[in-house]
Amino acid sequence: MDVLKKVPVREQDPKVRATNFEEVCLGYNEEEAREEASRCIQCKNPKCVKGCPVSINIPGFIKEVEQGNIEEAAKVIAKSSALPAVCGRVCPQESQCEGQCIRGIKGEPVSIGKLERFVADWSREHGIVPEAPEKTNGKKVAVIGSGPSGLTCAGDLAKLGYEVTIFEALHEPGGVLTYGIPEFRLPKEGVVQPEIDNVRKLGVKIETNVIVGKSVTIDELLDEEGFQAVFIGSGAGLPMFMGIPGENANGVFSANEYLTRSNLMKAFRDDYDTPIVAGKKVAVVGGGNVAMDAARTALRLGAEVHVVYRRSEAELPARAEEVHHAKEEGIIFDLLTNPVEILTDEKGWVSGMKCIRMELGEPDASGRRRPVEVKGSEFVIDVDTVIMSLGTSPNPLISNTTRGLDINKRRCIIAEETTGKTSKEGVYAGGDAVTGAATVILAMEAGRAGARGIDEYLSARD
Amino acid sequence: MYRILKAEMLADKIYLMDVEAPRIAKACQPGEFVIVKMDDRGERIPLTICDYNRDKGTITIVFQTVGASTEKMADLKTGDSFEDVVGPLGNASEFVTEDLEEVKKRKYLFVAGGVGTAPVYPQVKWMKEHGISVDVIMGSKTKDLLILEDAMREQAGNLYVTTDDGSYERKGMVTEVIKDLVVNQGKQYDVCVAIGPMIMMKFTCLMTKELGIPTVVSLNPVMVDGTGMCGACRITVGDEVKFACVDGPEFDGHKVNFDEAMKRQMMYKSEEGRAILKSREGDTHHGGCGMCGGDN
Repeated sequence: MDVLKKVPVREQDPKVRATNFEEVCLGYNEEEAREEASRCIQCKNPKCVKGCPVSINIPGFIKEVEQGNIEEAAKVIAKSSALPAVCGRVCPQESQCEGQCIRGIKGEPVSIGKLERFVADWSREHGIVPEAPEKTNGKKVAVIGSGPSGLTCAGDLAKLGYEVTIFEALHEPGGVLTYGIPEFRLPKEGVVQPEIDNVRKLGVKIETNVIVGKSVTIDELLDEEGFQAVFIGSGAGLPMFMGIPGENANGVFSANEYLTRSNLMKAFRDDYDTPIVAGKKVAVVGGGNVAMDAARTALRLGAEVHVVYRRSEAELPARAEEVHHAKEEGIIFDLLTNPVEILTDEKGWVSGMKCIRMELGEPDASGRRRPVEVKGSEFVIDVDTVIMSLGTSPNPLISNTTRGLDINKRRCIIAEETTGKTSKEGVYAGGDAVTGAATVILAMEAGRAGARGIDEYLSARD
Repeated sequence: MYRILKAEMLADKIYLMDVEAPRIAKACQPGEFVIVKMDDRGERIPLTICDYNRDKGTITIVFQTVGASTEKMADLKTGDSFEDVVGPLGNASEFVTEDLEEVKKRKYLFVAGGVGTAPVYPQVKWMKEHGISVDVIMGSKTKDLLILEDAMREQAGNLYVTTDDGSYERKGMVTEVIKDLVVNQGKQYDVCVAIGPMIMMKFTCLMTKELGIPTVVSLNPVMVDGTGMCGACRITVGDEVKFACVDGPEFDGHKVNFDEAMKRQMMYKSEEGRAILKSREGDTHHGGCGMCGGDN
């Protein structure tokens, strides 16, 4: 064993997985996990914990893994995270825990994400379930949205004895875990549903098909339905488009639509009713995790896929592993390239995409070098489908219908970072609805903060 | 589960159902819509709300079969259930939230085409409940396809019915009735609300623009979630791209780019569009396109 390197994790062969929706990464078995765990040097002042938004006791759980006490390892993680099987799969470990690991200075960091995933999968397979509190404290809290922040907030409050109901707008709970992240990265039946069931086992009720702001308002929840506090974890919102000519042509989709059709509505399976346009040559515009997910979905539906991104590879905001997997599977990266027009045929369908070459100039507000157009470098990419993956803007449904809830210039809900407290009494918020589109783990951190804030608020009212 | 308390066929391919959905029945307003899903593998289908009973906790939906999913839905009977019904979605008609005294000062003309009669009905009913008498034009291809005539007659001030083939009442398009009322009979309207097939709304808007009557239309494009998340329902209004689900579904008809909206809809409604879809959707083509019935 080379102690400077991670124990390799088994994955589906790129050629095979490019044609199926099964999970790409197969994870460690117990032997591999214990071997990887032995690479952890158990720092006295562990930097990895500081790199984790929910401060999991990482050396603590790794030590238990090394000694073969997987159930104990699961208990250590459960103190800080309600969704370890999810986080082990989708957290950007390279910029969080693993990015801080001392092992990473000379060699590769400890594979913390894969170890977390192993522990979570092991507990699920061995039927270990969280224990619900013996009795509730009789206080009702409403949680809006069943994504990572809502599930975390609800789970934490239920453990403290609150009676929690989650209201979910879609017909399935899970938020982005269900509609956004594809099966091949985060299996729904195998991983997401059991994690949601664990939250239910804590006593949390989930009511689907309720759009807060439309089906019922926050004021009605507080004044008429007996809830004493509300946590808003309603997620990101409306997909953005570029505003270039041809963008409303048939064959142009938002990544949200494409992924929702495939993930939530299961359009990739022929025993479900919802269709999806597969396309022969697909351009995905954008460089984030969502763009990678859309690109790899289109690839699996049989298309040749180009990721079109205006900056260079170094600036790609996606997780390193996703970019690596995408390349292995045969996604073509057209970097330093920006669309200027979508060309259409006489029937209004996409017939190509006119792009311009870019070069990197001075750093911009984000610290990344600003992409600048190269004059006269326009060219046409031959594509029949375009997927726009440019981020989202906040959904106005809740802020428009709640008296006294302040929003900022970007129309995100204003909430205190450590407690989730908003401008409206009894109302707390966190996750993408507050920060704009971010990551699963940051949303979980905000859900945890919201639970703390609500507990302090309701405890003080006794 | 959302139980069906009544299911009936109104005309060929047009069905009406009363469905238990207490939260929606309590909250909904004229102009809004719902999304239904038949079973765990079904599509999410946006439908207009035709009526609601707040005491009983029911809503009335009306739909026309256009593909495999809606045909399957037409087989549902009294006592069956939808797996999912979500709403209300979209915004209430403008007059619902305006100052009632201002609304009362205006003369309204409602124009309903085909199955578009269903979303017009609750608006006309709202008007009557608030003591406002409105004129209503109902148009359909033939007498047999006319729906909700008696119900509408009860709520409308004056009701004018026209059929394309002249098989009942007047003969001709709704636009001809509008012109007759305004030009020949000298009626004046401050607002026209036109809901029906895209082509009917387009030509109604051309007519009302000529006559100088501000016109509201209600659009029902393709959508998935109905809450602003997917962006499939985007349409161009004036210089802006709007999402029908969160910005609409009602818009200033004189600013809507109907040609673009129809091109987007044609992929589902024309033979050619369906063929293109079939080739592009491959194995996932289940008849969401419209009449082909899919491969299943």
